[in-house]
Amino acid sequence: MEVTDQRPQRPTQGRRRLSSTDRSRGAKPRLLLMGLRRSGKSSISNVVFHKMPPSETLFLESTTRIQKDFIHSFMDFQVWDFPGQLEYLETPTIDLETIFGRHGALVWVIDAQDDYLDSVARLNRTILTVQQYYPNINIEVFIHKVDGLSEEYRHDTFQDIVQRITDELNDAGYENAPVYYYLTSIYDYSVFEAFSKVIQKLIPELSTLENLITILTNNCGFEKTYLFDVLSKIYIASDTRPVDMPCYEMCSDYIDVIVDISELYSWDHPDRKPKGEQLREAESHVVLHDQTMIHLMEMNK
Amino acid sequence: MDVRKKKKKVLLMGKSGSGKSSMRSIIFSNYVAKDVRRLGATIDVEHSHVKFMGNLTLNLWDCGGQDAFMETYLASQRANIFSDVAVLIYVFDIESREVERDLDTYNSIIEALHEFSPGAYVFCLIHKLDLIQNEHRLRIYEERSLLIRSRSEHFKIDTFGSSIWDQSLYKAWAGIVHKLIPNLYVIERFLQAFAKKIDAEEIILFERSTFLTVTSVSSDVGSMNPIYDRHERLSNIMKAFKHCAARNTHTTPASAGFLVMQTKTPQFNVFLGRFTDNTYIFVVVPPGEVAYNCAVLNTLLAREGFSKDAIVGHYEGFPLPTVDSSTGKGPNGSTHPLSQSDTSPDEE
Ligand SMILES: Nc1nc2c(ncn2[C@@H]2O[C@H](COP(=O)(O)OP(=O)(O)O)[C@@H](O)[C@H]2O)c(=O)[nH]1
Ligand SMILES: Nc1nc2c(ncn2[C@@H]2O[C@H](COP(=O)(O)OP(=O)(O)O)[C@@H](O)[C@H]2O)c(=O)[nH]1
Ligand SMILES: [Mg+2]
Ligand SMILES: [Mg+2]
Repeated sequence: MEVTDQRPQRPTQGRRRLSSTDRSRGAKPRLLLMGLRRSGKSSISNVVFHKMPPSETLFLESTTRIQKDFIHSFMDFQVWDFPGQLEYLETPTIDLETIFGRHGALVWVIDAQDDYLDSVARLNRTILTVQQYYPNINIEVFIHKVDGLSEEYRHDTFQDIVQRITDELNDAGYENAPVYYYLTSIYDYSVFEAFSKVIQKLIPELSTLENLITILTNNCGFEKTYLFDVLSKIYIASDTRPVDMPCYEMCSDYIDVIVDISELYSWDHPDRKPKGEQLREAESHVVLHDQTMIHLMEMNK
Repeated sequence: MDVRKKKKKVLLMGKSGSGKSSMRSIIFSNYVAKDVRRLGATIDVEHSHVKFMGNLTLNLWDCGGQDAFMETYLASQRANIFSDVAVLIYVFDIESREVERDLDTYNSIIEALHEFSPGAYVFCLIHKLDLIQNEHRLRIYEERSLLIRSRSEHFKIDTFGSSIWDQSLYKAWAGIVHKLIPNLYVIERFLQAFAKKIDAEEIILFERSTFLTVTSVSSDVGSMNPIYDRHERLSNIMKAFKHCAARNTHTTPASAGFLVMQTKTPQFNVFLGRFTDNTYIFVVVPPGEVAYNCAVLNTLLAREGFSKDAIVGHYEGFPLPTVDSSTGKGPNGSTHPLSQSDTSPDEE
């Protein structure tokens, strides 16, 4: 098992690297997180990007203004609350260009534990609006808080929501809309997994990355390799073998271990001097009780 | 009677509701703090055992509240419960409204302990300190601590403030574990010398199943680390990962663990490995590939030396007490069981 990681600790460098490959300011994927109030948007952004323990989201205050979350990562990220802000989207004053840039995704969060008809109706109006101007924006629907639902009910809810959205868009004359659905919860890794999928669609170099990682994996005899964003623990790419959730969870938690230990021993002091040459990138591995090995290599800052 | 064969007891006592089951679950059963809210309250007297540090048994008893049971403890069961006690850990709930009564109960327990195990260590945890506002915490803890000392009779006790919601729980229990190892000074002296030899900033020994700090040594530079609670935080970090590894390899947290962990960063390098049956060693050295590899090799060699020593009987069952804990002396008066570590290759 292998985890390869990307660790954008110094955002300026990360940005420089990205722009040199893409030569434009709009190269960072733009994400807009929308949904009704209390659907779980703030929770998702805090758990995924600010390491908040899921149970603490119970105490999040609700906000109604647009929240821009500046994440020093490889993407831009905004959170919008509905209702109240749909009007913005429909008025020409709001500069959708700056929100979406050249490529981006609209992530719509639906609270699956609540009555979702209103949310579905608003989502459809939003899709129809956005689609007029930005047909290339991916529409990603998070059917969220599914931790509270039984396996069977989860399935039914999923089917029902997909059906409703497809039908209504068809009725409005928008067929085969590029809408994708995910079952998510902040209490497990599903929300990280879903974000990974969303982000991966926005990375033009994905197939190249995947090829390189697959070659590495085969040549080294790894079981699975992920390229991680250290900050969010979203994986940007992996080899082409099927994603294995236990492996992803362990790699992701192992990144936490390294980051947390680094916090304890990275203090600055003039008397702390290196004793010799060493690579500038961090490297780490652990061997578990069953001989499983997780190896982490920092690719760039 | 062979004292070595006899199982020593650790009594965990305190009024029902004071937090004993919660602590036990977090320290010994790999629960995390938010999980223990799901534990049912124990209404009945609870007796339970946990094995730890190889051959110590932790016995948990609810005291107080139920007077009938208290009478049983202190009368007919007296000899049974209070004989062969190595350690008494007594938990006081900071929120208790009947402080005087709690102290009376504690005092009767202390008397019984004195009668049957006068050499026992006594630790008092002043628990749930998270419920006290930060600015009053130290003062209230110290006041309560004085009160408890005044009712401890002949015992010289140690007190700790604790809460399951932060690292203080690990700190308190690490303090207890530290005291349970009478020959620790020998190990510490060895670690000091070893740390110097490999130029380590810090070396920590963790108990294997609980990940509590058994002991640690730091160099002059290492002891300037501004993060003073790093050992407790490490316990927390490693236990959380052990939990994750267990979950994802379909095994119990008790049987999950690490064979080795190595981390190299531009600021520091770390090696974690099994040291003895009951411990992990955690070595922090400055960056530098070659020096690091030597440090890792030396640690492995030192470990071999250590276990060889254990086989020839100098150091049976390290790091457990092999002699009567009250004497505080190593077996056969040996002082430095690790002199052969001098033969391990130097890094130059
Ligand atoms: N059960 C469950 N509750 C969640 C989940 N995500 C968020 N919540 C809860 O939903 C409530 C509203 O979340 P919040 O993030 O404030 O919603 P927002 O208004 O969309 O930003 C909070 O009490 C969260 O704890 C989830 O995945 N499962
Ligand atoms: N605030 C706070 N509550 C605690 C702490 N430790 C335990 N508790 C709570 O105290 C209650 C009783 O704990 P329990 O472990 O069952 O006590 P026992 O009867 O001594 O075993 C439970 O609701 C725990 O969640 C703590 O450090 N802080
Ligand atoms: Mg919100
Ligand atoms: Mg209990």
